[in-house]
Amino acid sequence: MQLFSCPFCGPRDETEFLFAAEAGKVRPEPAPEVSAADWSKYLHRVSNPRGATREIWVHQTCGEYFLMERNTVSHVVANTQPLRGGEA
Amino acid sequence: MQPPRNNKRYSAWSLFREGLRGHSGWEEAWRSPPGPKSSYDAVIIGGGGQGLATAYYLAKNHGMTKVAVIEKGWIGGGNTGRNTSTIRSNYFYPESVALYDYSLKLYETLGKELNYNIMFSQRGVVTVAHSDAEMEIAARIVNAMQINDTDAELFTREQVLAKAPLLNSGDAARYPIFGGVWQGRAGVARHDAVAWGYARAASAYGVDIIERCEVTGFLMENGRCVGVETSKGDVRAGAVGIATAGNSGVVAGMAGFNLPIKSYSLQAMVSEPVKPCLDTVVLYLGTGTYMFQSDKGEIVVGGGIDRIPSYAQRGNPPVQAIVLSGMLEMFPSFGQLKMLRQWAGVVDVVPDSSPIIGPSPVPGLYLNCGWGTGGFKAIPAGGVVFAHLLATGEHHDISRPFDLDRFRTGRLVDEAAGSGIAH
Repeated sequence: MQLFSCPFCGPRDETEFLFAAEAGKVRPEPAPEVSAADWSKYLHRVSNPRGATREIWVHQTCGEYFLMERNTVSHVVANTQPLRGGEA
Repeated sequence: MQPPRNNKRYSAWSLFREGLRGHSGWEEAWRSPPGPKSSYDAVIIGGGGQGLATAYYLAKNHGMTKVAVIEKGWIGGGNTGRNTSTIRSNYFYPESVALYDYSLKLYETLGKELNYNIMFSQRGVVTVAHSDAEMEIAARIVNAMQINDTDAELFTREQVLAKAPLLNSGDAARYPIFGGVWQGRAGVARHDAVAWGYARAASAYGVDIIERCEVTGFLMENGRCVGVETSKGDVRAGAVGIATAGNSGVVAGMAGFNLPIKSYSLQAMVSEPVKPCLDTVVLYLGTGTYMFQSDKGEIVVGGGIDRIPSYAQRGNPPVQAIVLSGMLEMFPSFGQLKMLRQWAGVVDVVPDSSPIIGPSPVPGLYLNCGWGTGGFKAIPAGGVVFAHLLATGEHHDISRPFDLDRFRTGRLVDEAAGSGIAH
């Protein structure tokens, strides 16, 4: 059982967390001018890295979204930080 | 093209003859060239079932024998050797059934065609429903399957229990048995044998199978892919195919594009061998756990994917606990079973739970990926349609709906919603 560290609640069981998205995706705007190809890219394409990754996760029990930097092979978590005031 | 006939054909007679010779005359099932040649008509990245089948059908259906399969590990060491070997075509949409039922049909004669015993056993799959509402969904899936021209039957509670008498039929069951969806032609096969059989048959045609050779990049000329860079040198190719399952995102990244694929671990486990007690494949809608008994007597158990995006070929304990608690709910008498092994494969999950087959954004480079948790059952059909694509540059009729383009047009084949596949 792995522990993830919620920036607000501290270390908690992995089952309390849910992967939300890869970090760094910005919704293309304004919506009426976005082409189908760009919208599809935003909606579906992911970098899916093998190794170091930056992701947005949600701690379901407190409802907060946060940034997690971890490794997709070793599962080692390097850092978690709140999204408020920070970049994602 | 007719397969080459030679004296290495497996038969009762060759077994008898080798028995008299102390089994000293068996040869390698496939050639193992130490490295790739400098150029081929087609190169396939990934020596799993999909890649090997593609090479075989390139030779058999299209007469292309200057073909290499490049595998970074050993053939069948990825998801082809890690899945739970179930073959079925109980899907909802006509596009899916066209693909998976074609595959099932090819599996029915594959052992004979490859001259290799893949131990295909059509023991049937029953998907068990636990309420009147679920029975309505089950009836809807059965109707869809019958309209799509594959075999399906709506089972009553009694019919389910006749197939699997050890199922939890007590009054206290958390998931009572109301009935289910039965597909009698479905079954299981020896997964390693499928990889080995295709490798042997492809090699006999002259296909080079290069193991322990990693693709590290692509050779590009004027924006077109003209070959691959590997740990054993550069290889030029008329067409390059990616058949790398969970690592497809990594390989696509080398070519400079992203895919709508997220990689997750999917784990499975087997128990100690026990006397025959389960002669069909059982899936519970309620627990998401499925299982069957192998020819050796082991109970093979699987369930949903881990919830953490991962390239680790191992499973996390929480999902293992969910899968095993599901098994105990379904078969209380398995409570004393000792589990022998647990493992995981890295599966390439696509938003609509359907594969991606077609040209990539880079000319000369083609995709056969996104099979997620269900690529093994589709190996023969995947090989046929991908070989067609590599040989002609055009879609096979069956593969057209699965083009990468569907994520732009919005014409998804959403089996996650249709047949209730959870991942």
